[in-house]
Formats: sequence, C-alpha cells, structure tokens
Amino acid sequence: MKKLIPVLLAAAFPASALLAQQAAPVPAPTSTEVEEDVVGTLDNDAKIAIPAFATPSDVPTQTSAGSTSTLGFSVANVIFADLKNNGLFKPTGPSSLPRPALGQVQAPDYGGWRGRGADMLIQGYVRAEPGGNITVGCYLYDVALGEQRAKAGWTVAPGEWRRAAHKCADMVYSQLSGENPFFDSRIAYIAETGPKNRRLKRLAIMDSDGQNHRYLTTGQTTALTPRYAPDYKSILYLSYFNGQPRIYIYDLATDRQRLLVESKNPLFAPRWSPDGRWILYSMAIGGNTDIYKMPSGGGAPVKLTDAPGIDIGGSFSPDGRRIVFESDRSGSQQVYVMNADGTGQKRISFFGGRAATPEWSPRGDQIAFTHIAGNFRIAVMDPAGGNLRYLTDSWQDEAPTWAPNGRVIQFFRTARNSGKTAVWQVDLTGRNERKLETPVDGSDPAWGPLRP
Amino acid sequence: MNKRLTMTMLLASALAMSACAKKAPQILPPDPGGTPGQSSSSGGDSSAPVPGSQADFAAQMMGQDTILFDTDRYNIDATDQTALAAQAQWLQRYPAKRVTIEGHADERGTREYNLALGERRANAAKNYLISLGIDAGRLTTVSHGKEKPVALGSDEASWAQNRRAVTVTID
Repeated sequence: MKKLIPVLLAAAFPASALLAQQAAPVPAPTSTEVEEDVVGTLDNDAKIAIPAFATPSDVPTQTSAGSTSTLGFSVANVIFADLKNNGLFKPTGPSSLPRPALGQVQAPDYGGWRGRGADMLIQGYVRAEPGGNITVGCYLYDVALGEQRAKAGWTVAPGEWRRAAHKCADMVYSQLSGENPFFDSRIAYIAETGPKNRRLKRLAIMDSDGQNHRYLTTGQTTALTPRYAPDYKSILYLSYFNGQPRIYIYDLATDRQRLLVESKNPLFAPRWSPDGRWILYSMAIGGNTDIYKMPSGGGAPVKLTDAPGIDIGGSFSPDGRRIVFESDRSGSQQVYVMNADGTGQKRISFFGGRAATPEWSPRGDQIAFTHIAGNFRIAVMDPAGGNLRYLTDSWQDEAPTWAPNGRVIQFFRTARNSGKTAVWQVDLTGRNERKLETPVDGSDPAWGPLRP
Repeated sequence: MNKRLTMTMLLASALAMSACAKKAPQILPPDPGGTPGQSSSSGGDSSAPVPGSQADFAAQMMGQDTILFDTDRYNIDATDQTALAAQAQWLQRYPAKRVTIEGHADERGTREYNLALGERRANAAKNYLISLGIDAGRLTTVSHGKEKPVALGSDEASWAQNRRAVTVTID
C-alpha cells in the first residue's frame, strides 16, 4: 500500500515567506456538553471559497486528472464536494472562482475574497515531483481576520491524488468544526442489481466520496454484510459460495479469500474489534443463533452468549471492553450490552417496538441502531439506553455504520415495493441527509477507520 | 480441502482479472459456486414427472412443499403439520432421496436477524420431519433470510407468502 507522506511546505517557497506566516492557534470547540455539541458546532454555515489550486509549472502527470493545472482544479473540486456534501458548510467551488496565481497561495488577496463574500478561503498548489509523485500544499485562511488558520502538505503516488484532496478537506473540517477528520477513509458495501426476486449482490469497495470504486465479487454468489478490517488489509463478509452462508475473509493485497471458520453450521454477522485482534461472528446450531469471539490471527472461538433464541451481531466499544449486540430472548429483537468476555449481559433498549443492528460509536458516547416500530428508522442512544434520538424517518432504513469520527452515519434505505436499495448518509443532527452516488444500488455500508 | 483450494484459486484468478484492468470490466467471469435452490429444475418432460424426482415431489405436494409462518414466529401450526406429513410420506416412499429445507423471512426485518430467523424456521420444519420418522441425515437446511422473496409486493399478503420454509429435493 502506498503511503501518504506529509511534507513540509517550506520546500515550495522561500523559507522567509513561510516563517512570516505562523498558523493561527486552533480555536477549541466552543461547547462543553455533548447534546449541545452535536447541534452546536456541526451547524456551521461558513462560506468557504475553494479556487483551483495553483501550480509552479503546468506539466503532465500520471494521474487520472491530467496535467498539474487540471489536477489543481480537480483537487479543489474534490475538497469542494467533500465539504459541500457534508452539509455543514457553504462552499463555492473552483468552477465559479478565479484561480489564484502561485504567489497568491501564501499571500491571499483578502480584499478580493471579502468582496466575494467569503468567510474562509482554501488555497493550495499542485507540483509534479521528478519521480512522478505529486505534492499537494493546502492552506486555510480566515478571510475576515485576514490570517492563516492552518496549512499542510502531502506527497502522494499519482494514483492516490484524491487522498491528498481528502486530507486537505479533513484539515479544514477539523479546523472549522473542532471534530476529528473522516474524509480520508473507505467504505465496503454490497452492490445490488436486478429484480427483487433475483437480485445480484456483490462485494464492492469505494472511497468515502464514492470514488475509486471496485467490485470484488462477481455476483454469481450472493455476498452480504461486509466489514473492513481496521488496517484496511482485508474484509470479512458473508458469502453463499457452495450454497451455504459462511464467513469469508478477503485479502485485499492478494485478492484471495478463505473461510474464516470451517463449520457445518451457518455463520452470519462478522465483526472486527477496533484493534483488529478479535473477530465476532454468529453461528446457528439447530436454529439457535449465538455470538462467538475468536482471535483474528486464528485460534479457538469462545461462545459469548447462551440464551435460547437469536443472539446476533455485536459491536465493540472503542476501548474493546464491552460489546453491544442484538437478541430476541425477550420475545423480540432488542439491544443488549455485555462485557467482552460475555459476562454481564443486560438489555438497554426499552423504547417499544424492536431495536436491531446496534453499532458503537468510535467516540464511545453513542450507539446507533435500527428502531422498528412501523417504519424502520436509524436512531442513536447512549450506552445506557437513554436519550433516544431519531436521525431518519423513512419506510425502511437499517444497518447504521459510523464515520471514523463518530459524527456521521451511513445506512441503507430500501424502497417500498421495488425493493431497490441505496446507501444514505446522515449526520448526528439528522438534518444533513443525502444519498451516496454509487454505480448501482447499494446496501450494508461498512465504514472503515481513518486511513493509516 | 481440495475443493477449498480450487475455490480460492478460481476466485483469485477471476478477481485478478478485474484488478488488473484499469477500468473494472462490467462483465466478470462467473463464480464457480452454484446457486442454491436450483435443484428444482424440472425434467423438461411435459408428461408425468419421473417418480422420485423434484418435479414429482412438487407435483405431488400441490403447494405443500411450502409452509408459512406468522411474523417473527417459527412454530409449526396445524396446516404446517399436514403439509409436513405429506412431505414425510413422499420421503418414506423414496428413502434414497435427500432434501434441503430453505428458510425465508419477509422484507420487514433487518438483514442479519432475518438470516437467523430463516434458519430457525427451516430447523423447525426439519425437526418436525424428524419427529415423523425421517432420518436427520436426509435433511439439510439453508436460510436465505429476506434475500429471496417469492411475492414481490410490500404488503401483508406478500409478506405472509414470503415467511416460509420450502422443501426442495436434492436430485
């Protein structure tokens, strides 16, 4: 895997120019209380201008985006799309803005940008390195104050140029929201095609913005419920290869896959621990499904649940000490929490209806799940089962997955009658909801962590 | 063991092709695996089906190859018992025949839970057939959850048809 190399931006410009511009201190997130925080800092309507990135000289590159000049436009456009689709900001993209000269990248025309009504300005440059790599410099300016807020740069392989743009968007997002970054991440999901009764379901992966899309399986065998390994080296998923549902581990470096567990029994619902050392899976024996835990490097599985009925799924708390899971031992699907060794099982969902597919936030403060009471809605609660909040309201939304920063959730929405599915995204305010553009229908999104 | 190795190699080669091409081809080579539930293909003979075949089973059962369940339930009610008794009779007539019981759920459930629920339903049918004297070794189960509906509407009538366990002979 190609590494993304941070660079000192001094290389691009005279050292004196750089020294003259110390980055302004990052303002701390303003609110103290979680509930306030969700609604408060995420509702940022900053008008951000993102003109095309400049280049020292317009030369061809090995990227899909063409020369450094067109690449400079494309990088700005990726940043624009990240920030716009996030719904928190009011960015203006490179299509409707003049491109600054290289010299202006570090000496913005504040007056001109004020005249355009910009609060914030993202400028940068793109430079081709002798070996073919690309260096991207990224600068964030507060136009009103007339000062630099942040800067960073990365040298990337030509095929990875989008990552540099996502890194820049992440830097801006973190600066302006006070939250951790999340754009530089990937998603595994199930690509669906065909009529409702003969639907092809293929394992597929893509960047967090839907680009760099790739199918991993052909669809001849139904694939379901993928989970990216925390190190992005492999994917756990369910396949009906040989006609029976079993869990496979797909190695992304070699494109080979193997059975996770040899068993005569059906296996469902694979999950990783946040540190990648453990795998959870659910196995049905004689119709009774229980949750098991095994070391990801191989070793004896341990049975964690023992209730008659269906215990399934499971999601570790970020510290790896607890697991939230789903059980129908009470008569209907409800959400339970247990210690990572299976002790202390306790129901936490008491909302009426059914509660399913719990996923622990990477921040630890919330559990996302599917609440079923008539419609299927994505909701969050705290780990004690309090403070239920609905994020979506549609006929059938299910299977939430968290962004690496625990501030955004993806899920899939099924259309009534047609059975068509789509991957959707919503933030914790519930206000910024949008459908992801995928080549075909999509379900079971599984968001990986911030890329290493 | 061998089978697993072959599978890995075939999958790997199929996927290597997709990985090498810059733009992923829209049509990929087929997976080596068969599609479950396809053993129900009829003999193509328009006259009486071959005794002991899947076509014969389907014709004899007249719909009783399928049993239905209430929402979230997996109990075998009186109607199911009649159907399963008819299946058991046929199985006793053809003692060399094995069957797969395919468990299904309606679309109004979450995906993973429905996989487990379909398995539970298929097992309920299997256990009842065992109680009627059918050898457990002749019966296998597979759950398709909500992934393979037979009725395509999003309404109570369709969901009732989709909450089912279907017995299919292995020819």
